[in-house]
Amino acid sequence: MAELEKYDRPLLKFITCGSVDDGKSTLIGNILYNSKLLYNDQIAALESESATGSCDGQLDYSLLLDGLLAEREQGITIDVAYRYFSTRKRSFIVADTPGHEEYTRNMAVGASFADLAVILADASKGVLPQTRRHARICSLMGIRHFVFAVNKMDLVDFDEIVFHGIEAQIANLARELALGDVAVIPLSAREGDNVIARSGRTPWYAGKALLEQLEETDTAGDLAEEGFYMPIQRVCRPNQFFRGFQGQIESGSVRVGDELSILPSQEKAHVREILSGFEQVQEARAGMPVTISLDREVDVSRGCVFSDGSDGVKATREITATILWTDDNRFSFGRDYLVKIGTCQIFAQVKALRYAIDVNTGEHLPVSELSKNEIAVCRISFIDSVAASRFARHRGLGEFILIDRLTNMTSCCGIVTALADDDGDHQASAEDLRQQLLKQRAAAFGFRESENSARLMEAVELKLLHEGRLVYQLPRKDLTDEACAQTLKNLLNAGVTVLLSGTERPPVNRWFQIESDNSQDAVREILARTSLTDSVQTGGEGI
Amino acid sequence: MKNLSHLDRLEAEAIYIIREVAAECEKPVMLYSIGKDSSVLMHLALKAFYPEKPPFPFLHVDTTWKFREMISFRDETARKNGLDLLVYTNQEGVKQGINPFDHGSSYTDIMKTQALKQALARYGFTAAFGGARRDEEKSRAKERIFSFRNRDNAWNPKNQRPEMWKLYNTRIEKGESIRVFPISNWTEQDVWQYIRRENIEIVPLYYAAERPVIRRDGMLIMVDDDRLKLREGERIETRRIRFRTLGCYPLTGAMESDADTLDKIIAETESARVSERSARAIDHEAAGSMEKRKREGYF
Repeated sequence: MAELEKYDRPLLKFITCGSVDDGKSTLIGNILYNSKLLYNDQIAALESESATGSCDGQLDYSLLLDGLLAEREQGITIDVAYRYFSTRKRSFIVADTPGHEEYTRNMAVGASFADLAVILADASKGVLPQTRRHARICSLMGIRHFVFAVNKMDLVDFDEIVFHGIEAQIANLARELALGDVAVIPLSAREGDNVIARSGRTPWYAGKALLEQLEETDTAGDLAEEGFYMPIQRVCRPNQFFRGFQGQIESGSVRVGDELSILPSQEKAHVREILSGFEQVQEARAGMPVTISLDREVDVSRGCVFSDGSDGVKATREITATILWTDDNRFSFGRDYLVKIGTCQIFAQVKALRYAIDVNTGEHLPVSELSKNEIAVCRISFIDSVAASRFARHRGLGEFILIDRLTNMTSCCGIVTALADDDGDHQASAEDLRQQLLKQRAAAFGFRESENSARLMEAVELKLLHEGRLVYQLPRKDLTDEACAQTLKNLLNAGVTVLLSGTERPPVNRWFQIESDNSQDAVREILARTSLTDSVQTGGEGI
Repeated sequence: MKNLSHLDRLEAEAIYIIREVAAECEKPVMLYSIGKDSSVLMHLALKAFYPEKPPFPFLHVDTTWKFREMISFRDETARKNGLDLLVYTNQEGVKQGINPFDHGSSYTDIMKTQALKQALARYGFTAAFGGARRDEEKSRAKERIFSFRNRDNAWNPKNQRPEMWKLYNTRIEKGESIRVFPISNWTEQDVWQYIRRENIEIVPLYYAAERPVIRRDGMLIMVDDDRLKLREGERIETRRIRFRTLGCYPLTGAMESDADTLDKIIAETESARVSERSARAIDHEAAGSMEKRKREGYF
């Protein structure tokens, strides 16, 4: 099939980013228009819309990409636009991303999908804060190839000295962020210099034109990671005789007969059969969607990971991570989040915000909250063991998102920089999980009977509920002693904080007498005794 | 072993997405429009779950104005693959006699948009797969793979949920739903190459043949049944035509072509000088017309 080979050119996914008005959309439009990749009706639409929309009647290439009504009205890019084109050497998917700081999270969406970033800088302005921000986010999201396009060279008369000045700024930035593969190209997106072909107006520039650079960037080695692993997406059970595990191999390869280690349970089994699509195969490798069956019954479900047991992928309950906050709601410690890592989705808690990173200077800043588009380093714990890895080693298990449980918003994306030391041998008990969910330790509190006690208990109950504690007043009077003891035991097992009248100690472990008549003191004591934080003393267990 | 090809990568991405939805969403459905993109999507679903059947039904929203060959192809395909196929028509619209000749853009709204909303509500589907591609139209190029709809089925393009790596966030509130586009990143050419590689059957209308047509509003419209009333000066002629995209027959323009094999179609697509959707009457109404329709709940 010679036809297919000619068609099957290697794919490059890239993004264009940079500050507002640096000419990102214009640059892509120029490539599409001048490499004859547009259809006649698209050209006709561009020409008629340019005539009405642009100031000087010149073709406004950005109209090819800014597809939303609000974008065309405001003349800015709000969200990522994806474009598809191919040259004889390569096929491309380009994500044109917004330059406004407000839309940084949309820019990050584009960056998460790309192999290469084209970062524009205006020749008359040099490296701006937004240029640095975008370079930092691209690097955070795992992009390894960078092309800095110094645009609008026509506005500085193609001055070599201006270009070298900006080139030096970029070299500093690349060093600071430890960017891998970096090229710097002087060009004019509007006039086409060094976009498709090298320009006669920059005789002092010996490098490639942008399109050549894109065609020739070698990304073949980018996906290579050590060892085999595959997160399980679903269990396939067409009948009682077949039980297969479906997922996409993230790295390495697997053969029939190989021994696999299952995370987080650490159980082992051998591969009996591999299906790739409708075919049985002997071997499958990174990038392929497969169905794998095993030689023995083991407990595997969605969210588990098959690995070859090699180092790096581990079961862990805590990670250190760098995150980019993407939610309009600010981060605060009280909120509940779910983490999605690989195919596993589970309750998670941000334990500590270590520091925020100033996106311009890279400085570490102390913080207690985070707002949209800020980057921070934090510790996150999971309610149970999860298979994870450092992003630098295994991307597929080193990238994650946090989802706000209440609003369902994707609150942040992040990459794992370290795993907590883990013996992998502590799957949480139900009681443990309930405590984490309710964020409290169960306990019962006795209130001395007096004329005020009913009112006091009511006030304390309300205040505790406002604090987010699950609390319940058990009406002791309505129950026999026996029934009261049994109900109390069940409530404590369910993780509830219970208030009851009387000083007589019921036969349960975590019972405390409240001495104060003041509701604030009582609330303070109860909060302390039911808190999950270790620093608070929770003694007093009797019987 | 060789590196994965371009088509392998697109296929893997689509299968991953389809499996994620089946695993995470409460009640998914796959929309089936009988066109080539839908045929590719159905094939991907069969492949994603094999040896199991796709764990969700397929839904065709029938406007009653599809080509007859599409309907017979639809029924035959569902039967052959043993799929659960639901067909839904807006009966209210049928009663009112809504048709593409007299009702223009309200026809699309009532028989497609409203019909789809009714069908999704009636069965309580929370996620619907569609075969839309980003290279089709400018507002599609801005849409995420997982596209969220509020209780009124409307899309809010100014506030799309971030979609990072392949970590899709599928959580929704009751009443909300998701449209999922697994072949977002495919081009028209990719679709044809994949159809050839995988031997996927498609409606014969895609292949050139002699067919009865009239010229109307600059388009070649095929006379598929006697509901097409000739206007003054129009006459039926037989031409060698094929379709690059399939929809309701009175609204879908044919192209004159000799491409009667897949190879010829692929060669023709590569040298095409107009885009695919230029043959769809409804896309041209105004700049941003697709976005407006999607905000109102069009797929």
